[in-house]
Amino acid sequence: MPSWFMPQASTSAVEIDNLILMITVIVGVWFVAAELVFFWLIWKFRARDGVRAQYVAGEAKSEKKWVSYPHYAVLVFDILILIFALRVWNNIKISAPPGEERVRIIAQQWAWTFQHAGPDNILDTADDIRTVEDMYVQVNRTYHFELHSKDVVHSFSVPAFRLKQDAVPGRAINGWFTATQTGTFDVQCAEICGIGHGLMPAHLHVRTAAEHQAWMAEVAGTGAAPAEAADMGTGEVLAHADTARVQMGAMQ
Amino acid sequence: MSSSKPIATTRSVMNLPTGRLALWWVIASEIVIFGGLLGSYIMFRLSHDAWAEQAAITSTLAGATNTFILLTSSLSAVLAHQAAERGDGPRAAKMLRLTVLGGLGFLIVKSIEWTGEIQHGYTITSNLFWSFYYTAAGLHGLHVIAGMICMLIVARAAARNQELQRVEIVGLYWHFVDVVWIFLFPLLYIAK
Amino acid sequence: MSAHAIAHEAHGHHEHADPGFFRKYLWSTDHKVIGMQYLFTGMFMAIIGGFTVYVFRMQLAFPGESVPGYGYVNATAYNSLITMHGSIMVFWVAMPVLIASFGNFLIPLMLGCDDMAFPKLNRLSYQIFLLSALVVLSTFFVPGGAFGGAWTSYPPLSASAAYNATPWGAPMWLIAVILEFVAFLLGGINFVTTAMNSRAPGMKMFDVPIVVWMIVLASLVFMGSVGPLVAGAIMLLFDQLIGTGFFNPNTGGDPILWQHLFWFFGHPEVYVVLLPAVGIVAEVMTVFSRKKLFAYRTVVYTALATSVISFFVWAHHQFIAGIDPRMAGIFTVTTLIISVPIAEMMFVYIATMYGGSIRLATPMLWALAFIAEFLIGGVTGIFLGASGADVYFHDTYFVLAHFHYTFFPIAFIGTFAGLTYWFPKMFGRHMNETLGKIHFWGTVVAFNAIFIPLFLAGAGGDHRRIFDYSAFPELASLQPLRQIATIALLVLIAFQPVFLFNFFYSMFRGKRATANPWHANTLEWAAPSPPPHGNFPEMPVVYRGPYEYSVEGREDDYWPQHVPPDDVTVDGPVEAPVAAGGH
Ligand code: HEA
Ligand code: HEA
Ligand code: CUA
Ligand SMILES: [Cu+2]
Repeated sequence: MPSWFMPQASTSAVEIDNLILMITVIVGVWFVAAELVFFWLIWKFRARDGVRAQYVAGEAKSEKKWVSYPHYAVLVFDILILIFALRVWNNIKISAPPGEERVRIIAQQWAWTFQHAGPDNILDTADDIRTVEDMYVQVNRTYHFELHSKDVVHSFSVPAFRLKQDAVPGRAINGWFTATQTGTFDVQCAEICGIGHGLMPAHLHVRTAAEHQAWMAEVAGTGAAPAEAADMGTGEVLAHADTARVQMGAMQ
Repeated sequence: MSSSKPIATTRSVMNLPTGRLALWWVIASEIVIFGGLLGSYIMFRLSHDAWAEQAAITSTLAGATNTFILLTSSLSAVLAHQAAERGDGPRAAKMLRLTVLGGLGFLIVKSIEWTGEIQHGYTITSNLFWSFYYTAAGLHGLHVIAGMICMLIVARAAARNQELQRVEIVGLYWHFVDVVWIFLFPLLYIAK
Repeated sequence: MSAHAIAHEAHGHHEHADPGFFRKYLWSTDHKVIGMQYLFTGMFMAIIGGFTVYVFRMQLAFPGESVPGYGYVNATAYNSLITMHGSIMVFWVAMPVLIASFGNFLIPLMLGCDDMAFPKLNRLSYQIFLLSALVVLSTFFVPGGAFGGAWTSYPPLSASAAYNATPWGAPMWLIAVILEFVAFLLGGINFVTTAMNSRAPGMKMFDVPIVVWMIVLASLVFMGSVGPLVAGAIMLLFDQLIGTGFFNPNTGGDPILWQHLFWFFGHPEVYVVLLPAVGIVAEVMTVFSRKKLFAYRTVVYTALATSVISFFVWAHHQFIAGIDPRMAGIFTVTTLIISVPIAEMMFVYIATMYGGSIRLATPMLWALAFIAEFLIGGVTGIFLGASGADVYFHDTYFVLAHFHYTFFPIAFIGTFAGLTYWFPKMFGRHMNETLGKIHFWGTVVAFNAIFIPLFLAGAGGDHRRIFDYSAFPELASLQPLRQIATIALLVLIAFQPVFLFNFFYSMFRGKRATANPWHANTLEWAAPSPPPHGNFPEMPVVYRGPYEYSVEGREDDYWPQHVPPDDVTVDGPVEAPVAAGGH
C-alpha cells in the first residue's frame, strides 16, 4: 500500500512493501471473517418476542472448540507473519551487503549535515564533501552510512526508500541502502526534536554514475561545501516557521 | 465521614488482616521503584569501570555504622510488635519511639557523611556515580523519614492501647526500609 | 467468613446525619462520591483534550489560518498542544474514568460491601490526582508555555530547557505525571486489597464480575510497570532541575535508558486502560444478550496472559531507536504472541452472542461498537509488531491511527457503554434513548471518518508531530486526507453536546429508575438506585456466578447473584456458604 503513494526507490522498499502486502492479506482475511461472524450473530440472534436466549456456558469442549480452533489458527498465522517479518528485518537491519560507498549523516536541531566520502571513498579525509540539507548518492550502489546526532534524538527517514533510523546523541549508528531509482526524494526527521521538528527536511538526490561523478568533480573544484550547518536559534526557527506560514497563506 | 470503620475494612476473605495485605502491595510497588533505580545503576556500573574509584571514596565506615544502626532499630520494631501482640500498648509505643531514635541516628550519620563529601566537592552533579549515590540514598532517606513519621503516629495511638494492629504493619514497613538499605550499602559503598 | 463476622456486619450499620455539601461532595470518603469526582474531573479533562485536538487538527487541515477560538498555531504551540493532548487523554481521561471512576463506583457495589477497604486512602488518592490535573493544566500559562516534547518525553530533548525551550513546562509536566502515578498507586492498592479481602460472603474468585477482575488486573499491571518509570522520572527531573546527567550522553548518561523505562511502563499501560474497557463490555454484552458469558474462565485467563506478556514487548516501540537489532527480533516474537490471548478474548466475546436474545439499547450499541472498532486497532498492531514493516510505519500516522483505533474505543466508546449502562444506578434515573442513539451514530461514524483517512495518510508517509507539511513536497498530495479527517472531527465534536445535554438533563429530569431496570444479575443492582451511603440496606450474600442468564427451567431469564437458591429460605440469620480463604 505504501506504493500507492510513494515510489519504491530502494531495494528494501520492495521487500518491505511485500511484507506489508502479506500481512494485509492475512489479517485482512481474519478481520473480515471476524466482523462477518460478529454482524451475522447480531442479526441472527436479535431479540424476538417469545424466543428465549439459550444457556451456553462455553466451558464444555464441544462448545469451546468454536473459539479454540480459530485461536490455534491465529497462532499458526502469527508464526507465518513472524518468519517473513524477521527475514525482512534481518536483511535490512542486521546483515548488510558490503558497502561500496560511505557517507556520514549528522543531525542537529534543526538541520542535516551530510559528509560524503568523496572520490577516495574514505571518510575524514581532505576530499570529503560536506553538504547541508542535500545528500547526493549514486543509483544502484550500496551505501553504508553512519548516523550521528549532536544534541537530541532525531530520526533519519527516507520514505521512498522505506528507510528509517533514529539518530541518538553519543552513539554512531550504522545502516545501509541501495537506491534503485534516480530522482530527488524527501528526507524527513521522524522523531520529535523540538520546535523546528516540522521544519527539518532534506533532499536526497539519486543520480546516475556519470551525473554523480560530474557533481563530485564540480564541488571538489570549489572546495568542500560549508563545514558546519548553520546553527539556527529558536528565534530564527520561529521566524522561519512564520515565513512559511505567510507564504502558504499568500498562496491560498 | 463515619466514626466506625466500614464493613469492607473488617472483612478478611483471604484470612489476612486487610492492613497487612495492603502493606504487602505498598512494598511490592516500592520494590519496583527501587528495582528500576538500582537496575539502571547496575547497568551503568557494568559499563563504567571507572566508577570503582568513585565508590572507593565513599565512607564504608559511615555506611557500615548506618547498617548497624538500622538493623538494631529493626530489632526494637520487632519488640514493639511482640508487645502489641501481648496487648501491652505503652511498651509497644516505647519500643516504636526507640526505633524512631534509631532512624534519627541513621539520618545524623548520613548528614555528617554527606556534609563531608560535599565539602570535598563530590556533589550530585559531579558525575553519574555521585548522581546515583545521592539519588538512591536520598530516596531511601525519604523512606526512613516517612517511616519515622508513621511510627510516631502509630506510637501515639498505641500508648493509649488503640489500633495495636498497626504496630506490626509499621514494623513491616520499617523492615522493608531496612532491606532496601541492605541492597544499597554493598552497591554504593562496597562494590569497588 | 466466620459466623461471628457476619453477626458483626449485621449490626455494623451506622446512622448518618446529613453531612452538608462540603462533607458530602468535596471531602467525602464514600466510594461513589469519589468515583463521581474522578468521572467529572475526567470529563472536564476530556473537553480540554478535545479542544487541543480541535485546534491542532484545524492547523493541519488549513495550515497558517487562524483557528476560530484559538488563533494562529505556530510550531511551539503545535508541539505543546499535541503533547498535552496525548498526556491528558491517556493520564487524565482514560485512567481516571476507566479505572478510578468505574473502579471506585463499581468495586464495592459489585463485591457487596459498603465501601472500599481504605476510604481515607481513597480520598487522598483523588486529592493527589486533582492536584496533578491542576499542575498539568497550569503549564499552559507558565513562561515558555506547556511542554512540547511529546507524551513520551524523550531526553535529551526533555532534559534540558536549552533544547526544549520550556523551562517551566517540562518539569511541571513531569511533576504532574509523577503525582498522577502516586495517586493511581494508592488507588490501585485499595482496589486490589478490597477485591481480595472484602468480597461478600459466598463470593468465590470466579463469582467476581469480569469488570472487577479487569480493573484489579489493570491495577496490578500498573503497579508492576510504573515503578521503574517513577525512578526514571525522578532521574529526569534531577536532570532538568539540578543538572545531573542520567540521560545526557556527554556525562556518560544514556538517552535510550529513558526509552526503556518509559516503554516498560508505556506498553503495559495500554493494556491497563484496555482491560477495564473490555470488562465493561463483558457486563453490557451479557445483559443485553441475556446470555451467560461464553467461557468465563477463559476470559480471565486470557486477561492474565495478556497482562504477563505485556511486560515483555516494550521494545517494539524502539525497533529503530538504535537498540541492538537482534534484540528487536526477540521483541517481534513476543509482540506477535500477545495477539494470541487478545484474539481469543475477542472470539469469546463474539461467541457470547451466540444463542442470545440481543436487544440493541444504547449501552449495547456502544459495547458492540467497541468490539467492531477495536478489532481494527488490534489487527493494525500486527503491522507494527512485524519489525520489518515497522521500519516504514514507525512514527507515521499509521501508528497514530492504530492507537486511536484502540484508545478511542477504550476511552470513549467503552466509557459511553459503561456510563449509559450504569447511569440508572449512579443517578437513579434513565438517560434518553433517542438522544443516546443519535449521539452513538454521530460519534461512531465520524470517528471512522477521522481515522481511516489518517491510516491512508500514514501509509502515504505522513509522519507525526509535524505542524505544517509544506516542507515535504512528496506529502503534498495527502492534504485532502488531512482535511477529511479534520472535518470529520468537527462533526464528531458537534455530536458531543447531545451527550452532555442528555447526561446532565437526565441526571435531574430523566425517567426514574428502579433498582434493577436492566434485569441484571450483579450485586450493584441489588442496591437501591442511587445507592445510599453504605450501599445495601442488608449486606448481600452471594450464591452463584454473575452471568446466570436464561437458565433453563426458571421463569425469569435472570438470576441475581444474591437471590438464594429456591430451596433456601431467607428468614432467620443467613448461614452463608462457606468461602474458604485463599481459594
Ligand atoms: C490501548 C491501546 C493499545 C492497544 C490495545 C494496542 C495493541 C497492540 N499494539 Fe499498539 N500502540 C498503542 C496503543 C495500543 N496498542 C500506542 C499508544 C502506541 C504508540 C505510542 C506512541 O508512539 O506515541 C502504540 C504503538 C505500537 C507499536 C509501535 C509502533 C511504532 O511506534 O513504531 C507497536 C509495534 O509493535 C504496536 C503493536 C501492538 C500490538 C501487536 C497490539 C496487540 O495487542 C493487538 C492484538 C489484537 C489483535 C491482533 C486483534 C484481534 C485478533 C484477530 C482479529 C485475529 C487475527 C489476528 C492475527 C492473525 C494476528 N503498537
Ligand atoms: C486515550 C487517548 C486518546 C484519545 C481518546 C485521543 C483522541 C483523539 N486524538 Fe489523539 N493522541 C493521543 C491519545 C488520544 N487521542 C496520544 C497519546 C497522542 C500522541 C501525542 C504525542 O505525539 O505526544 C495523540 C496524538 C494525536 C494526533 C497527532 C498529532 C501529531 O502527531 O502531530 C492527532 C492528529 O490528528 C490526534 C487526533 C485525535 C482525535 C481527532 C481524537 C478524537 O477522537 C477526540 C474526540 C474527543 C473529544 C472531542 C472530546 C469529547 C468530550 C466529551 C464528549 C466529554 C465527555 C467525556 C467523557 C464521558 C469521558 N491525536
Ligand atoms: Cu529532528 Cu525531528
Ligand atoms: Cu506497545
